[in-house]
Amino acid sequence: MSNFFSDNADMQFQFQHLNLQEVVEIIEHDYQEHRQYNYAPRDYSDALDNYRKILEIIGDLAANFIAPRAAEVDESGSHLQDGKVSYAKGTRESLEKLAQAELMGITLPRQYRGLNFPTTIYIMAIEMVSRADAALMNIFGLQDIAETIHKFGTSDQMGEFLPGFSSGKYTGAMALTEPDAGSDLQAVKLHAYQTDNGQWFLRGVKRFITNGNGNVLLVLARSEPGSKDGRGLSLFVCYGDETVKVRRIENKLGIHGSPTCELQFNDTPAQLIGKRKFGLIKYVMDLMNGARLGVSAQALGISQAAYEAAVNYARAREQFGKAIYHIPVVTNMLIDMRVTLESNRSLLYSTTKIVDLRDKLEAKIIRLKDEGKSFEEENERFKKVSKMAALLTPMTKFILTESANQITYDSLQIHGGAGYMREFTIERLARDARITNIYEGTSQLQIVAAMGGVLNDLLAEDFNEKVEKIYKGSLSRLADYLKDIRKIYLDCLKYILDKNDIQFQEVAARDLVELYSYQYVGYILLDEAELEPRKIFIANRYIVSALAKTRSNAEAIKNEQFSDLLHADEILN
Amino acid sequence: MSFRLIVLAKQVPDTANIHGQVMRPDGTVNRAKLPAIFNPEDKVALELALQVKEQYGGTVTAISMGPPKASEILRECLYLGVDEVYLISDRKFAGADTLATSYVLSEAIKKMGNYDLIIAGRQAIDGDTAQVGPQTAEKLGIPQITYAAKITDLKKNRITVRRRIDGGYEILESKLPVLLTVIKEAAEPRPFKARNVMAYKNAKSLSELEEMVNQNSLLYIDDLKEEFIARGLFIPTLTLDDFEIDETRIGQSGSPTKVYKVDSVVLGAGEHIKIEPTGEGINQLIDQLMSDRIFG
Repeated sequence: MSNFFSDNADMQFQFQHLNLQEVVEIIEHDYQEHRQYNYAPRDYSDALDNYRKILEIIGDLAANFIAPRAAEVDESGSHLQDGKVSYAKGTRESLEKLAQAELMGITLPRQYRGLNFPTTIYIMAIEMVSRADAALMNIFGLQDIAETIHKFGTSDQMGEFLPGFSSGKYTGAMALTEPDAGSDLQAVKLHAYQTDNGQWFLRGVKRFITNGNGNVLLVLARSEPGSKDGRGLSLFVCYGDETVKVRRIENKLGIHGSPTCELQFNDTPAQLIGKRKFGLIKYVMDLMNGARLGVSAQALGISQAAYEAAVNYARAREQFGKAIYHIPVVTNMLIDMRVTLESNRSLLYSTTKIVDLRDKLEAKIIRLKDEGKSFEEENERFKKVSKMAALLTPMTKFILTESANQITYDSLQIHGGAGYMREFTIERLARDARITNIYEGTSQLQIVAAMGGVLNDLLAEDFNEKVEKIYKGSLSRLADYLKDIRKIYLDCLKYILDKNDIQFQEVAARDLVELYSYQYVGYILLDEAELEPRKIFIANRYIVSALAKTRSNAEAIKNEQFSDLLHADEILN
Repeated sequence: MSFRLIVLAKQVPDTANIHGQVMRPDGTVNRAKLPAIFNPEDKVALELALQVKEQYGGTVTAISMGPPKASEILRECLYLGVDEVYLISDRKFAGADTLATSYVLSEAIKKMGNYDLIIAGRQAIDGDTAQVGPQTAEKLGIPQITYAAKITDLKKNRITVRRRIDGGYEILESKLPVLLTVIKEAAEPRPFKARNVMAYKNAKSLSELEEMVNQNSLLYIDDLKEEFIARGLFIPTLTLDDFEIDETRIGQSGSPTKVYKVDSVVLGAGEHIKIEPTGEGINQLIDQLMSDRIFG
């Protein structure tokens, strides 16, 4: 029996080097909860053992239950009939299994029937579920909605909604997008109004809502009449009751198992989450950042499946008297895919660990404040990791989702004509991957979000430390390459800042963010190569090709490739 | 209404996944090389018991007779949500055939007080005898329904069961207590429950605790046992000392079944069929493949 956790050597590697001691200590309240809950860990190694055992269950379900149903789910999709949305049979069955296994509230506290796990472990679960069926992730991965209620809701709201999420009785949706408010959420119009007794109601339309048929909806709405921008928006929670009408579900290129709904709210009773006017600028940003990690993991899971399909096909397919696996151009493509896959995994879990640390330090600071204790040291670190998370989350989403498209593209190419046929899973994977660099913020928006940190050379201190570090053997050559990459980045950065042209900066941003990602990922891979000899190969291919790409990025920036924007109308005419 | 359910579970070698290294040259299976698993139909029995408990109320007790290693499947029972487990293990029980096994099992069940329903898998995938369930019912003097596919009704003293027979089903009614042996379609086993896995992953039987003591001179068995009982992590073991039974009826000496001979059966191709390369010939081939269920 295969298992998407224990069979995946690279995931095992990441799991073995989690180093989540501090995060776990904070969420476990110094390991005191076992007095109340017999399933709470007694120390860090006990917690790790719990995580491993649960990930094994998810790996088993993903490989042996969810994956075999994915083709049927893709084929039949979700349906809308008489205003009711029904999932594909396989989706229903898989959700039921996941609920039976108590896996629908992975990060929620035990008090609300959750497992109280770190985000990193939850993201690992999402990666495996997505590898099995990317569309199922869109429902499984909506645990973020419960997490948002947990972070910003009142204790009454938590008590009302969270246990239903943990038990799998509720699924959720985040209703943000509207026909005229996609990437620009400041333009949201859906109207929220209050009656004399203080009860809120929602009225208006939302579009492209993943799982909009869910039982509990988080809705971004305009609570301040007359306002025009994001500061007039608040976040609400409501039930998907009879006042919420599913007008249509979309007919999509991929992720057919996940219903994408158009919703009409007809005076739907709702509760305010947190404070008025903070809907977009605080809560939705937080929710979206969580969802971006989820989508990154979805992209990684799809990439893993596409890579496996390519290797298996290449080994089995014989042409010119040998398996095409042995044809150098194919072998080379496979190596590229594998190196991208592993370096992306390293990036993703490095980011989730920073996000975990940020969230848990924040919780600890609140606790210390309540106890009247000093929290200065925690606060300093919190500020630092917050900035890092704000850079790394969009950077990770940008890199991983673009890669997923490249990896599925290459995998389909290795399949040749067969890959274009519906009989092979790669055809579905390529369609499913295509949404990942669009939703939860397009790649272009991720670049904008990451650009602040990149322009400020936010990680300068960490990189400079690495530049000073002595790497041994073949790694010293790679460390030198990374120094070269850093020099070129700094040179490009200076060029852009000196130029002081906002338009130029916007189009050069992609190259600059990529230049930054090579350094960040490159150093992670060097450190991993010190831990495991095989990883030297990964670091080598990654850094050598990063240096080549660095030169290309630099040429694009410094040769004024983008100055022809001034002539856009003439070119595009 | 509340029912006391007892499930008979066996740990078996995973005979469904036999690969090259497992076969000895003489054609017999090297059991040590096979992973030990929860007998699949016993898992169905356990699921059915848990469903009865959820629907009607009650408790589920899982018992397994086997070597100390069988505590592995009892931990799995705890992960799935049973209320209590018992390991029945003693060197003197070893080598038992179905007669000796059902004797020990029935004596163990008698020690457990009142019960309403005993559920077991139809048969184990290692011996494939399908005898232990029926023989246990006989020794307990209660009715049995084998090949159960569904419990269609359950009342305080009566049960109605749909039972698979050649070419269809029959509906049987019985008084309680009764022993059922179930087939695969009776229920689909649930996955492990995350919280139970974390809560019971360290549950240990006495012999496992003894092993811990052997490896760590700082531990004392009595203290350890007390601690595990207090934490709800002790898997009780019933040994020969816990029964008043006839020692001539247990283990190898109590087992009249003797293996007479083992034949190694090599599956090879049978006769050849010649198909003419005509439309009719191809149709005939397709029909044949479909009726052999190679296509379809």
